[in-house]
Amino acid sequence: MQQPGRAAEIKANGIGKSFGSFRALDNLTLDIGRGEFLTLLGPSGSGKTTFLMILAGFVQPSEGKLFSDGVDITNRPAEQRAAGMVFQGYALFPHMSVEQNIAFPLKVRKKSAAEIKSRVGEMIERVGLKGHEKKLPAQLSGGQQQRVALARALVFEPGVLLLDEPFSALDKSLRGQMQAEMKRLHQETGTTFVFVTHDQSEALALSSRVAIFNHGKLLQVGRPDEVYDRPANRFVAEFLGEINMLPVKGVRPADNGATGLCEDRAVNMRCKAEAIKGDAILAIRPEDMSIAPEASANQNGIAATAVASTYLGAATKLDLTTRQGAKVTVSVPNEVAAVALSKGNSVWLTWPAEKGFLLPDGGQ
Amino acid sequence: MRGTLSDRTGAALLMAPLLLFLVLAYAWPFLGVVKWSFTLPTPGLGQYHALLTDDLVQSVFIRTLRIAAIVTVVSVTAAYAITVVWVRGSPVQRVLAEFCILVPFWISVLTRAFGWVALLSNRGLINTWLQSIGFISEPLTLVRNEFGVIVGMSHFLIPFAVFPLASAMRSLDERVLLAARGLGSSRMRTFWTVFVPMTRSGIIGSALITFVFSLGFFVTPAILGGGRSVMIAELIYLRIFQSPDWGLGAAISVVLVVFVGALMALVFRYVKPKQLV
Repeated sequence: MQQPGRAAEIKANGIGKSFGSFRALDNLTLDIGRGEFLTLLGPSGSGKTTFLMILAGFVQPSEGKLFSDGVDITNRPAEQRAAGMVFQGYALFPHMSVEQNIAFPLKVRKKSAAEIKSRVGEMIERVGLKGHEKKLPAQLSGGQQQRVALARALVFEPGVLLLDEPFSALDKSLRGQMQAEMKRLHQETGTTFVFVTHDQSEALALSSRVAIFNHGKLLQVGRPDEVYDRPANRFVAEFLGEINMLPVKGVRPADNGATGLCEDRAVNMRCKAEAIKGDAILAIRPEDMSIAPEASANQNGIAATAVASTYLGAATKLDLTTRQGAKVTVSVPNEVAAVALSKGNSVWLTWPAEKGFLLPDGGQ
Repeated sequence: MRGTLSDRTGAALLMAPLLLFLVLAYAWPFLGVVKWSFTLPTPGLGQYHALLTDDLVQSVFIRTLRIAAIVTVVSVTAAYAITVVWVRGSPVQRVLAEFCILVPFWISVLTRAFGWVALLSNRGLINTWLQSIGFISEPLTLVRNEFGVIVGMSHFLIPFAVFPLASAMRSLDERVLLAARGLGSSRMRTFWTVFVPMTRSGIIGSALITFVFSLGFFVTPAILGGGRSVMIAELIYLRIFQSPDWGLGAAISVVLVVFVGALMALVFRYVKPKQLV
């Protein structure tokens, strides 16, 4: 965070924060790599924003240490950390023009007028705000204000850019456009990005790694595909997208994985089951399951009845109920859904042994 | 849709007693004053001509504008500091500031003026204390002059100057201040380059209220000025009750009202009235 133009490497060591009796953040240890795009994901009140504020220096942690490039910055005030920050609602200076807003961090650093002029001009060009230099923030659209906020936070080449739900006020198409733009800015600047959101698809689409928070605890950190395919627990599994939960009885280790009984039928699983014995939950994403007219020997399968369908255009979302009453959602090709519904009675719900993962029964 | 016809009629009905009161108690009598200014003692523009040529009237006008300007600067500056503590201080500071702002409203303007006489006069608390510690040998002239008037008026007007400032500071987005600090700006720099400019409408509103009040002050300058620092309102009083020169007094009143009206119109061209409160 101190040398401009160079991405910072941040280490959080046992960070905790209490507001009175409320525990906002608990014993958080996390390494943020140089130039990575880390997303802090979680529901509101999960501690993700508190952690971002601690990184920025606006909130002092109750315990723990924070290091930037190996230097302890736990007690360094925000103005000396100088992380670039984009706030929810942008927090632009309403009395300053676009140009003056972007020049602010350079003026504070006492750069020469010539340098300020050239860098502000370059930044305005980069975020596509040419022609709007003299306008006040109130005269700009939401997307344009967002660009000013990004330009202002990046113009002084901070080691890390912190983003607090920057897209929450934008409509969907603008959101997609800004996401792409942010990805490009990340590649161009090479700066470390730390991004807070409660939108799981945004997190999966943008980040090099995702950190998932709930109730002030960091639950899992990993690449988007890791956390999506191998969630550490039920909360992570459900938060990252729709998922089906099937009870499995008598789980025990077997060749290349585990085996057990699901709705009285033997099922094989390729996932590890060391920690799990006896009863467990098998979690499978809707896109990993399919519908078949009858059971097949090389795939897991249980009987179910289609109860409702939702047409999604490219595919159909089919809601089914198993014989023992578990509710399952499957994403299938449109014509398969039509057939399944028209039969009115039993179909086979199948999935390959490689898909899905085991979670402790009823546990978090 | 808001503001339907019946809503507006209702609002107009609720406002009517106030409007009626203002017309009967203020506008109507004032028209009488306007009439005097053109008819006493003889019909014509004689009093306005006298007003432009009379040295005494002009010096009082200039003194009034000067005192009002100084009082405005002093009051708004002091009120700004108090309001920052009131709106952004710790809980204890807030309670203390609120107390300091509200208590003056409970004490009459007359009592406060005499209070300042007791403090500032030649044998008052300040002079006797300064003499007793040997800091001065002769008493300082702190009252019955312009200084005393400015002190007394500022003291009276500071609480009024607080409210427009408080509303501007309360509506300010806290994140903008955080953003400034996060971008590397010190607290001092953030205060001067972000906080103060963002409360501009409050400063204008506060200054307008203070300045307009100052122009028409009567009791405080009459007591603390001791006849040596006469302001416009006192001059009008003297012309009507003591000279008696009703025509000139009326003409000065008309000029004062027109001047205040023009000033308000000028300010409202740049700031919306609702931004001021």
